Amino acid sequence: MIPAAFDYLRPTTVEDAVAALAEAGEEAKVLAGGHSLLPVLRLRLAAPTLLVDLGGLPQLRGVRTDGDTLVLGAMTTHAEVAGAPVVVDAAPLLAQAAATIGDRQVRHRGTLGGSLAHADPAGDLPTAAVALDAELVLAGPAGRRTVPAREFFVDYFTTTLRPDELLVEVRVPALPGWGSHYLKVNRTAQAWATVAVAAVVERENGTITQARVALTNMGPTPVRAVAVERALAGVPVDAIEAAAAHAVEGTSPASDTTASADYRRHLAQVLARRALTAAAGS
Amino acid sequence: MTATLAGTAAEPEVGRARLRKEDARLVTGRTRWTENITVPGMLHLAILRSPHAHARISRVDTSAALREPNVIAAFSGADVAETQGTMACAWPVTEDIVLPIYRPLAVDEVRHVGEPVAVVVARDRASATDALEAIEVDYEPLPVVLGLESALADGAPLVHADAGTNKCYTWVLDSGEAGTGKAVGEAAAAAELTIHRRYVQQRLVPASMEPRSVLVDPTGDEWTIYSATQIPHILRFLLAATTGTPEHKIRVIAPDVGGGFGGKLAVTPEEWIAFAAANRVGKPVKYTESRSESMVSAHHGRDMIQDITLYARRDGTVTGLSVKLLANMGAYLGIVTPGVPILGAFMYNAIYKFPAYRFECTGVFTTTTKTDAYRGAGRPEATYAIERIMDELAAELDLDPLEVRRRNWIRHDEFPFTTVAGLEYDSGNYEAATEKAMQLFGYDTLRAEQAKRRVAGDPVQLGIGVSTYTEMCGLAPSRILGALRYGAGGWESASVRLLPTGKVEVVTGTSPHGQGHVTSWSQIVADQLGVAFDDVEVLHGDTRTSHKGLDTYGSRSLAVGGIALVLACQKVREKARTIAAHLLECAPDDLEFADGAFRVRGTPTSAKTIGECALAVFAAHDLPDGVEPQLDAEATFDPQTFSFPHGTHLCAVDVDTETGAATIRKYVCVDDVGTVVNPLIVEGQVHGGVAQGIAQALYEEAVFDEDGNLVTGSLADYTVPSSADLPEIVSDRTETPATSNPLGVKGVGEAGTIASTPAVVNAIVDALRPSGVTDVPMPCTPERVWRALQTARSGQEVAA
Amino acid sequence: MTRISVTVDGTRYEDDVPSRTLLVHHLREQLGKVGTVVGCDTSNCGACTVLMTDPDGVPRGVKSCTVLAVQADGREVTTIEGLGGDHPVQRAFHERHALQCGYCTPGMVMAAVDLLREQPDPSDAQVREGLEGNLCRCTGYQNIVRAVQQAAAELRGNEAAVTQPVGVSGP
Repeated sequence: MIPAAFDYLRPTTVEDAVAALAEAGEEAKVLAGGHSLLPVLRLRLAAPTLLVDLGGLPQLRGVRTDGDTLVLGAMTTHAEVAGAPVVVDAAPLLAQAAATIGDRQVRHRGTLGGSLAHADPAGDLPTAAVALDAELVLAGPAGRRTVPAREFFVDYFTTTLRPDELLVEVRVPALPGWGSHYLKVNRTAQAWATVAVAAVVERENGTITQARVALTNMGPTPVRAVAVERALAGVPVDAIEAAAAHAVEGTSPASDTTASADYRRHLAQVLARRALTAAAGS
Repeated sequence: MTATLAGTAAEPEVGRARLRKEDARLVTGRTRWTENITVPGMLHLAILRSPHAHARISRVDTSAALREPNVIAAFSGADVAETQGTMACAWPVTEDIVLPIYRPLAVDEVRHVGEPVAVVVARDRASATDALEAIEVDYEPLPVVLGLESALADGAPLVHADAGTNKCYTWVLDSGEAGTGKAVGEAAAAAELTIHRRYVQQRLVPASMEPRSVLVDPTGDEWTIYSATQIPHILRFLLAATTGTPEHKIRVIAPDVGGGFGGKLAVTPEEWIAFAAANRVGKPVKYTESRSESMVSAHHGRDMIQDITLYARRDGTVTGLSVKLLANMGAYLGIVTPGVPILGAFMYNAIYKFPAYRFECTGVFTTTTKTDAYRGAGRPEATYAIERIMDELAAELDLDPLEVRRRNWIRHDEFPFTTVAGLEYDSGNYEAATEKAMQLFGYDTLRAEQAKRRVAGDPVQLGIGVSTYTEMCGLAPSRILGALRYGAGGWESASVRLLPTGKVEVVTGTSPHGQGHVTSWSQIVADQLGVAFDDVEVLHGDTRTSHKGLDTYGSRSLAVGGIALVLACQKVREKARTIAAHLLECAPDDLEFADGAFRVRGTPTSAKTIGECALAVFAAHDLPDGVEPQLDAEATFDPQTFSFPHGTHLCAVDVDTETGAATIRKYVCVDDVGTVVNPLIVEGQVHGGVAQGIAQALYEEAVFDEDGNLVTGSLADYTVPSSADLPEIVSDRTETPATSNPLGVKGVGEAGTIASTPAVVNAIVDALRPSGVTDVPMPCTPERVWRALQTARSGQEVAA
Repeated sequence: MTRISVTVDGTRYEDDVPSRTLLVHHLREQLGKVGTVVGCDTSNCGACTVLMTDPDGVPRGVKSCTVLAVQADGREVTTIEGLGGDHPVQRAFHERHALQCGYCTPGMVMAAVDLLREQPDPSDAQVREGLEGNLCRCTGYQNIVRAVQQAAAELRGNEAAVTQPVGVSGP
């Protein structure tokens, strides 16, 4: 099908983009990679009057380090996130999660910022960002502000982004020496996650000193499995199994055609155990 | 001119892995899909579809749409109520079947989500789509009808109120009454063991990669219709019959068609609507569905509830089988909707020789997209049920599943064999196929590994699944179709034209859409006439060149159309023999034909090639008295019986008992499809067929919500497996030629799909049987596997 | 309308396009590149796959139904028609019987070309994963995997690696 007609802008500065959004208000949509937006427009499930394409903002692309922080431009594609040596080195979890998204073609066009701002609870990168305590830099008419990933996601497809704000940058603190693993179950290779678990673990002499665990598709937003994290502080690696049983605490998974909430809760525990075991061993 | 007798005793073409002639344009993008075809002045059609599963239409107003830019016409079902006929069902399986009125464009009521309600014709597709939003429709919702059993309950809301019932028909085959075997009641009374199971054949979507598309080009008093269809000839006939348009004024072209799998074995409302729209505006009109439209409006497949009761002795001998089927018709009847489960009726007895059988099928209307043929059509469902319950019998008796089958199958030395369903199987060698499959699979080694992993309590358990199947294909003997109340015959036509230069044009009534007929038919003709493979052109899919045919479905093309081709070639040869004899000044009987030439017996240097005969006929200077100057021939073949491919499929599955994920580790199939014309094409058909069967077992299901909305309405939700989801398939063959046709061929289009689904599910159940699991409903998603385990374990705990 | 300049299969085209026009429709309906087809409306089937340069000029496999024509402004696009007809991947698809109806083939071939650019020596599993964005309903993918491996070997200049005969497969 064909989208309903809309106006199109491709600004070349962030300021112009923000100004365009401010002027258009709720009727505008930001076009990043387009891989969630364009299917919705084609099915005419949404009909914005204006698309603001970020494709003219090369300054939003690319990955660099800033001291101990990995800095990723919002328009960096999934393929770049998955493949960039600096990401693989400093935040392997993020690279691993990006590599599981969709398929090659989707990863060539889909962007980190687009995925985070879209805030699909089945999305992989929001979970990875939450597990890594990433910070998101938002640009608005009044300048920039920084929001922790944990506070960014509010509800299904809803974030703290205001209609006149753009997500421009993602800052990920490096976790040298930590192990990590992203483990996902989906119905078919290109399907969204039924459930996935992001685990990062710091070890010392066979003991887990601290761990962070986040869950995909276990609620309206990525969920930090706080109870699991608490149970893992300062315990030996073989305590993982008992700790993983806490993975369902604080979750509110949906039942849909892919899976029931019950099964998701069960899967979260199994995957938490496996992801943590892999992270602790890596 | 004997020098043209190039290469003596050429290797036969039949049996060679010839690369396909079709590929050149397909791999370069120079393809003629219907959607690629543009004709001068062409307009575009968009269809407004019902958002309700069941509603009365109280008002449709298209006037605002007409005022939208670029819009040429907009109309509703009411606007054409006078002229639109009813879509035809070609298979009223019983005398008292309910045949509801089926309007291409709904007039006063809609009965499934996606039913066409109104249309716009515009200069371009975007404008047509935009203008749909200006059409106003008032609906008064009516109660939806979804479950098969609740639809039959007293007081259930009705899909078709005037029918007074949601029951479409009940059809019975009883071996006692038919005289093909004993009464099942006797078997039940004497049974040492009775096993009852209920299996559900979930609803599937054929989902060929090319969506349906149609272009109607009215010129003068004629119509050229391009359609992405499997059945151009049937489309022409039915369009003429239902609209009163003179048949000889309709030309249907099926250009390159991107897959069908039964999904394009249909005359669709969309074709009719495009025809009506083109007539209304007097211009060519094209309609191509989007995938999401296709999902709700193109017909679905399967969707049956099977209650199966097997009677047996404790030595494993099956003594009888009773099948009670509820089959979901959907809201309307497509051309073979009611007949699909009936095709399965003859297959529940499968390769086994038990003496008593009863089959009863009730077709049920619901407010859902109609069902109709999908790859295998009735036979995969039957094969699934019998092959699943044979495993249950084996488990009950603690026998190897292959051993139970051995004790019941028709032995090679017992062919021809007349089954309890009344069909005569001409040939088969189940022993050989099974033996070969077991070798390739490493059956005993895998069983040993399975035992070890069971003892070790491995969280990933190994399951081994068996499916020893047969099928009936080569549809179909016309007299049998007549006896089953099908509206047409099952013959096929071919004609062969010798060109003066010795090249050959073949016209076939089959209508390939991926099967490679151009290649295989060339191989057959090359052998029959002794001409080069490259010297044969195969024409098809255009009713102006291929004026007669019954098209492609039901694994019929080779087993029926291929035989017609052989018969036409034989006629050409006999004509040429007369010419050759005249040119060589001998009697026709003195000639022998080999390698493309007639030679005088005992004088092999005295010869005429068939090409030389063609040139002589073209010149016509020196022909025998009374002989027409042409070597062309046409033949129509009507088979006397079906053909019966068979084989053994073995599947090993790793089942993660924690997540429920089932992963196919090894898949081996040995199929016997009779004589193989092109092993490359046969192998490809098997691969694709197996993939679709695995897809039913593991991945695909069309799901409606309680309001009758299709929630798996796109390829994002209806999970067609990709390369990363499917295993490597080891395929091999045995070759037991069919005795029912001169080529010995049986057909291969559906075999893989029919065989593979139970092999996969049997493997999953086998992996979990020690935990007490006896079934997992399809598709066996990780959740369903996990749930089956949970239920079985809690059952075991309760029992303990 | 937005003025765009897109180089497709070596020819530069300048057109005014409505902003909502999808790249695949622009290719098919404005430029006559009907070799590229549409199979779905949710970016799942991959039938519309073409190569499009990224901002750094590297050609990447993209689904042209999920790219607006205006987004292709200034880029180079290669469709199935631009491969020349005798590309090793095209030849391998023919020789390994990796297509039946052929509708998915243009997208599948382009996805394979894209994959082999990045992974010249993939395992079978990597081929299967690499093509997960392209659905085929006919072949069960097996011969597609064989074809991609044959093409990979040829592109690596190692034809000796092509050993498995066509036809019946062994265990």
